Amino acid sequence: MFQRTFNKIYDTDIGYSFFNSKIAIISSTIFFIIFLCSFFAGIVAPYNPFDPASVSLMDAFTPPIWSDGGSSNFFLGTDQQGRDMFSTMIYGSRISLIVGFASIFFAMILGVFLGVTAGYIGGRYEIIVMRITDIQLTIPTILMALLVDGIARAIISRSMHDEMAIYVLIFAIGISEWPQFARVTRASTLVEKNKEYVSASRIIGLSNIIIMFKHILPNILRPILVIATIGLALAIITESTLSFLGVGVPPTTPSLGTLIRFGNNFLFSGEWWITFFPAIFLVVLALSINLLGDWMRDALNPKLKKR
Amino acid sequence: MIVVAFVSFSLFNFVGDPINSMTGEDASDERRAEVREVLGLNDPVHIQFARFLGNIVQGNFGISYQLKREVSDLIGERLPATLELVFVSAMLAIITGTILGVYTGIHRDSFISNVILVVSLAGVSLPTFIIGIFLIYLFSVILGVLPSFGRGDVTDLGFWTTGFLTISGLKALILPSITLSLFQMTYVIRLVRAEMIEILQTDYIKFARARGIKNNIINYKHALKNGLIPVITITGINIGTLIAFSIITETVFQWPGMGSLFINAVYFVDIPIMSAYMIMVAFIFVMINFLVDITYYFIDPRIRFKEESN
Amino acid sequence: MSLLEINNLNISYKTRKETIVASSNVNFTLERGEILGIVGESGSGKSTIANAIINLIDPPGKITGGTIKIDNSELQNNEEIIQQIRGKKIGFVFQDPQTSLNPLFKIKDQLIETIQTHLNLSHDEALKKSITLLEEVGIENATKRIEDYPHQFSGGMRQRVVIALAISCEPDLIIADEPTTALDVSIQYQILELLKELTKKRNLGVIIITHDMGVIAETTNKVIVMRHGLIVEQGKTKDLLTNPKSSEARSLVISVPPTNKKIKRFKIISPDGLEITSSSANLTKNIIKTWGVRKNTNQKLLELKNITKIFDDQSISYRKKIDENTVKAVNNVSFKLFEGETLGLVGESGSGKSTIAKIITGLVRPSFGELEYNGLSLYNFRRKYQIEKIRGQIQMIFQDPYSSLNPRFKVRDIIAEPIKFFQKSITRKNLEQNVNDLIDIVGMTRKSLDRYPHEFSGGQRQRISIARALATRPRLLICDEPTSALDVSIQAQILNLLKDIQDELHLTMLFISHDLPVIRQMCDRTTVLKNGMVCETNDTEKIFINPEHSYTKELLKLMPKIESII
Repeated sequence: MFQRTFNKIYDTDIGYSFFNSKIAIISSTIFFIIFLCSFFAGIVAPYNPFDPASVSLMDAFTPPIWSDGGSSNFFLGTDQQGRDMFSTMIYGSRISLIVGFASIFFAMILGVFLGVTAGYIGGRYEIIVMRITDIQLTIPTILMALLVDGIARAIISRSMHDEMAIYVLIFAIGISEWPQFARVTRASTLVEKNKEYVSASRIIGLSNIIIMFKHILPNILRPILVIATIGLALAIITESTLSFLGVGVPPTTPSLGTLIRFGNNFLFSGEWWITFFPAIFLVVLALSINLLGDWMRDALNPKLKKR
Repeated sequence: MIVVAFVSFSLFNFVGDPINSMTGEDASDERRAEVREVLGLNDPVHIQFARFLGNIVQGNFGISYQLKREVSDLIGERLPATLELVFVSAMLAIITGTILGVYTGIHRDSFISNVILVVSLAGVSLPTFIIGIFLIYLFSVILGVLPSFGRGDVTDLGFWTTGFLTISGLKALILPSITLSLFQMTYVIRLVRAEMIEILQTDYIKFARARGIKNNIINYKHALKNGLIPVITITGINIGTLIAFSIITETVFQWPGMGSLFINAVYFVDIPIMSAYMIMVAFIFVMINFLVDITYYFIDPRIRFKEESN
Repeated sequence: MSLLEINNLNISYKTRKETIVASSNVNFTLERGEILGIVGESGSGKSTIANAIINLIDPPGKITGGTIKIDNSELQNNEEIIQQIRGKKIGFVFQDPQTSLNPLFKIKDQLIETIQTHLNLSHDEALKKSITLLEEVGIENATKRIEDYPHQFSGGMRQRVVIALAISCEPDLIIADEPTTALDVSIQYQILELLKELTKKRNLGVIIITHDMGVIAETTNKVIVMRHGLIVEQGKTKDLLTNPKSSEARSLVISVPPTNKKIKRFKIISPDGLEITSSSANLTKNIIKTWGVRKNTNQKLLELKNITKIFDDQSISYRKKIDENTVKAVNNVSFKLFEGETLGLVGESGSGKSTIAKIITGLVRPSFGELEYNGLSLYNFRRKYQIEKIRGQIQMIFQDPYSSLNPRFKVRDIIAEPIKFFQKSITRKNLEQNVNDLIDIVGMTRKSLDRYPHEFSGGQRQRISIARALATRPRLLICDEPTSALDVSIQAQILNLLKDIQDELHLTMLFISHDLPVIRQMCDRTTVLKNGMVCETNDTEKIFINPEHSYTKELLKLMPKIESII
């Protein structure tokens, strides 16, 4: 039975394209591994770096296992507080992934809803929504996120801010990404709206909501999926950038960006591994997601003919 | 613009208590009332807004909470640094990006194209700050050929300070501008490539081939002209993104520009700087978009001449 | 020595699963002064042959065997040599004038560039030649118009420019791939006359690819019939059309709706060459049981009074200025529709026929006028739409079979949805029974219910659309160009099906088309529209035999008739 399902998937155009593209297989595998690791961080990581009991300053600045001074206890070395690099990276990636997924999910729900309704209903509603989208699109993501974060800091007192930081961050990144979804969704909705099956549904008398979400939405999922994947990579990079700048997640729950910031201070004094490994990890994560998104875009694009 | 001004204004007045930040938490109530009066915070809202707009037009943005200096002075010092950096990066990104994009679009399956594409993918996946750190490490620490921070020597032209006229100024410009432009460059490459591929499959290109026009001419004259149009649209958004990402680059390279000023303002909740930055940036955006629209008008004949029907 | 000689041409392309043969064993010749037509249903390979001659087949297709000779010299598969021949020896005309010209370059530049590529002329000489060419193809004021951009020309004019480009370097052979399919009947006539004139004047050889038998009859000397990549018959046009030998040719000729008389049903030939005469009368017994018997009282069912529709730009402001110059898609249209009859709406593009259909079904609001259905005012001067009260009684089938079905729904769900909507508490068994009846009545198997639309051909998809339309038990069925996108023999089947259904279920039909012969066969009465206005309304036979309005007369004169040669 598993064989039959596999054959069915392989037979579709997408399935065929996937299993024949080494890039797609490799990148999705890598991503999957990272995802699982961070999900089961408690099991995978050899230490819990945030448990003060397991951390001792005596172990600080241990280089990775292959340099001299390295120890088999911490095979990628330790940071300035004695925390195991590998474990902090795993936990850090968890934060990065959580923020990434949550913000994109938020952006997607908001953007798709506004895009579909704007495209279908039209009129002044559409013009207003699209104006807002256009204006927001000229403001780069980072700026938007910074602004929202800045305003939040001003509104919420310092102590509360640390607790709420993750939610603020998710909200900030989500708010900056929704216009992408809205624009693509609206464009696709406009195309579908002109198709005759929509006219047929209207003649039958089906309600607008049913037409929008039961008929049109399933047909426009492809480009939304591509944008979501690439947006995920962008969200993760944005989050790490903000954390690097010091305005992202609080230092108590560091993400990969925060770790890089910590390590940056020690880069020139020789302890290169504190920055290096989180940086590589981040890049690999982003790269694998981007490759996947890229492959998806080409595979789902009917205009790119195969040679 | 009005919208931005209004948001700025609301930030300024309603978010947080400016009095506290300015006078410190321990000031007496009388002192607070005094400052309130001086700042005109007791007047009704619309008068405050009008005053705000008036001030801005005159270039008076208020006084920074944290640095205790006139915001307009701060901006005047830092703006040239950012603008020069952004300009160089923009040129780099657009020119290199377009050339590579056209090449990979025309020669779809060549080895070089694939290499360029893979590298461009890396450009999208590498956060700007990582690129910056890496370049500093490579060129400053290990190779020691390029400076790792600051602007080098700058020539003061009165209202503008430029780094273009000194060797050290130019040297200091290299690493930050490469860092800043990389992200945009990859975006441009992909966009141009996608456009070229789509254009090369249109009917009018096919018809040109059917008339026997040589491939080179088709690629570089016919297809290219059509393919450049979206690049112009993107340029507008490009500059905006560059200004935003300059925040990061300036932080990594300790470049004394608007970006690092803004980041500090966010960290210290220095609202006058934040709102001033927003307004400046919005102004630049609006100008650029306006210029893009004008350019569009000149390039696309379909906008210039209206369609004719039977 | 022939101008063009094709011997044993084979073209195939590789997909991921297999190698598909696009055409095989193609043999034919063409002399100067001759017009050869290549006709066949879609997918028969006619365009592929044309593209092969100038080596512009879309990859991954390629020529796998045979020779192509022009003036006795063989065309090698060498891109450099072919580039020299393209344009100079062979001129090509594509189907869609909208997309054939580069929108960013002036006509002048496109012409001069083409000329200078093949002929050794200076810029001024090329310019003079370009102006002469434009005059030759019938563009007035050529010296001024040459400075214009493509979007400033209308569709017909653009095709003339395309032809000018094709003949600019004095080729001997012209290949035109469906050159008039995208154009209105009157423009089509002019373009074809132009081609005939150029053939004679310049002693060219011309190949015209088309699916329209009337065009073949009126324009070509020789004709080739293709099917599945093979030539099934070829010969002199007159001979082949009067006495087709192969079953494919017979099927093509016989399914064409006659322009000179009315017949009861379209004739169809089955693949083995016998005529099909069965109807779907037996299958409708079940449906009649569930619907109940209807009586035909010949009462007035639908009436449009002074319906006008103005499309304006989207703007936020409320003020609208209406003056002499605003474009009215529908302009003061009035007509009546009686129970049991079929009324035809005929007109060219821009005549407003589709807009009228959308107004009747409530998809578009009219700007002025009244709409009455069965005594109930659907839309009156108080600007209220009351279509909700009669939902389901008016249904529509659309033109494009590829966008009229939701690709994500199974056929079963497509047909079931309207039934469930109108009978919310229907049991599963009854629902299934209804769906089965409907799929039977349109002549498709029950197995199709579990499949998706993309697995079916155009004709089958139209059948599914008909089933969906019948699901709400309508009294009025609007058919908006239901067969314009289908091949001639499939068209015959679908139109016969519609006739049968109408007879058995006592439906009233509004039949919209631009195809006059089809209108003649399907409709009892007809309204002729031009630019949104009614030119004349009358019994169909009277219109065809004795037209009153000048526009009607012109349309009838210009329409390509297959009988012209028989």
